[in-house]
Amino acid sequence: MSNPSTPDPSFLRGLTQRRLGRRDAFRVAGFSAAGLALAACGVKGKGVARPTSSAEAQSEVEKYWAGKVKNGHIDFANWPLYMDPDHPELKKFTEQTGITVTYKEVIQETTSWFAKIQPQLAAGQSIDYDLMVVTNSIQLTQLIKLGYLVPLDHEKLPNFTKNVGERYKNESFDPGNVFTVPYASGMTGIAYNPKYIDTPPTSYAALWDPKYKGKVGMMSDSQEIANFGMFALGIDPEKSTPADWEKAAEKLRQQRDSGIVRKYYDQSYIDPLAKGDIWLCQAWSGDVFQKNLSDGTDLKFVIPDEGATIWTDNFMIPKTAANPVDAITLIDFFYEPAIAASMAEYINYVPPVPAAQEIIRADAAKATGEDKKTLEMIADSPLVFPSADVYAKLRTYRTLADATEQKKFEGIFQPITTS
Amino acid sequence: MRRLRAALTPYALIFPGGVWLAIFFVVPTVVMLSLSLQSGNVADGFVFTWNWQSYVDGLTNYHDQIIRSLVYGLAATLIQIVIGFPVAYWIAFKGGRHKSVYLFLLLLPFLVSFVLRTISWQFLLSDNGMLLGPLKDLGLLPHDFRVLATPYAVIGGLAYNFLPFMVLPMYVALERIDPRVLEAANDLYANKFQTFLRVVLPLSLPGVFAGVLMTFVPASSDYVNASVLGGTNTTMIGNVIQNQYLVTQDYPTASALSFTLMALLLVGIFAYAKALGTEDVLEVAAR
Repeated sequence: MSNPSTPDPSFLRGLTQRRLGRRDAFRVAGFSAAGLALAACGVKGKGVARPTSSAEAQSEVEKYWAGKVKNGHIDFANWPLYMDPDHPELKKFTEQTGITVTYKEVIQETTSWFAKIQPQLAAGQSIDYDLMVVTNSIQLTQLIKLGYLVPLDHEKLPNFTKNVGERYKNESFDPGNVFTVPYASGMTGIAYNPKYIDTPPTSYAALWDPKYKGKVGMMSDSQEIANFGMFALGIDPEKSTPADWEKAAEKLRQQRDSGIVRKYYDQSYIDPLAKGDIWLCQAWSGDVFQKNLSDGTDLKFVIPDEGATIWTDNFMIPKTAANPVDAITLIDFFYEPAIAASMAEYINYVPPVPAAQEIIRADAAKATGEDKKTLEMIADSPLVFPSADVYAKLRTYRTLADATEQKKFEGIFQPITTS
Repeated sequence: MRRLRAALTPYALIFPGGVWLAIFFVVPTVVMLSLSLQSGNVADGFVFTWNWQSYVDGLTNYHDQIIRSLVYGLAATLIQIVIGFPVAYWIAFKGGRHKSVYLFLLLLPFLVSFVLRTISWQFLLSDNGMLLGPLKDLGLLPHDFRVLATPYAVIGGLAYNFLPFMVLPMYVALERIDPRVLEAANDLYANKFQTFLRVVLPLSLPGVFAGVLMTFVPASSDYVNASVLGGTNTTMIGNVIQNQYLVTQDYPTASALSFTLMALLLVGIFAYAKALGTEDVLEVAAR
């Protein structure tokens, strides 16, 4: 019984609050369902810590490789123009080991490759490849951090231990080669077309020279332009700080806004350079070499006095690979000096095996005519076998430690190329 | 029973298309909307937080590119109307029995990939290429003249690539005009020009409207032309979105920019429909 002097509480509620009708109830339910649906789309992160001690690293290796066996097949993902189209090295490998290799040139760009495989790796699914080649980059650092790569068992890599040059064994992006081993290296420097440029550029200042207005090509990759901006200011990119980045960005903006830069290119800079649309540009050493060999052009590549960056493309096995034992066998096969030499003769990038130079020299001595000339050129090229003074001028990329630093870096340099 | 069947028929008919739309449009759109309101990064994952900041960031950092995209899209659309209308008019009224051949020729470029066609312009318009090279040698153009890596190249590429989408709807509208209407105009002492202005043009407007819809929208959100034919300061919003997804992997900002662009285009289209006096946008677009 309710006291007549105090009104029914439900009546009061009705006066002060809107009653929820059936439609409203539906509406609320609809909204919360939509909210749930939106929230359910969250993307899970999979960050893992890098092993801190060598013992820990060793146990990771043992845990992964225990019970893994040879299956007789490998799916290999690589970049275009990164192996003789007849694959003589792979044929030899199949002959020796009985392991068949499916070789696909599916990697065009580090960023888009990462974007493609990341969802599958995050879900623990196979990416259909047992072996892939990725450049040291923000994406490679992420692949490692996210735990998408197999820790390599160095006992299965005797040729690597024996034949690979010391400088490739302690790269800043993967000290001790825990997850990656080198495929080939190259330099980023200045390429120019001597048809249009009389005095060879020797310094980064040439890329800021107003007399080349509209004829300078730069790369769209944030790290590449950042390095050039820093070299131009005399900053070592490898040890740069965010304050240095701001300074470099200012320098690059000034270059763009005064109309010197024609365009920011991906790997497509080489044709415009050969055609004369651009006269000088940021370039990768092997591209220039290959273009000259294949199209008879006479493009030149210089490592400026201020220094340049050397990058490394690396072998790695994705964690979801079906045939890791076969893959690591193939990796080690590439470090036989004869194989490394045969690779360098075709791709014209720096092989990680220094002994390859003598083998190419020996091949040149045996060859005749045009082949002899080409092989001699490769063996003596400072771009394929950099000398000690060239190496002294070379720096590696700044490794961006975490997502915050990466975002900061991209935030500074990306707006320059996407203006 | 028959009545029930009759009542269900429309739903049965819409089912395949509806499922298609649900899977390939509604679901991705909801996922994208959700992404645009998340915060985080690829390494640590993204969490839904109602993070409107991505929209603010996107608009503050990239408003230039958004405006540029709309301007380029509009310029390309106008060029297409100027080029496309005479073509559509000629095929519809003077095409005779070869009309279908002309239409086929119009569509012929579509047999070649979009990207490939755009890249071929790089060769044609190269600074010392087959077009500019001889003109420069003759002294008709200054030596530092260029077309590539300018806004004109990008707008030209957009106009070129989407032209058939403009011509076809205009052709359909013109083709439908009853010849007796034109005869009537003639009987009422209208000269050719008056007939065109007061009869043909108004009757063709729905076609123009559909053509604008079909070209302005994809042209404004295109990224191929800007990346192949453009240079510095010609980046369109499509390039920014692609970059944010694939290079920076800032999915929230990329999604927020996509939604901003979508909203702007929708508002633009409805404003345009209102101004043109077209009652029902969807009806016209469906023709």
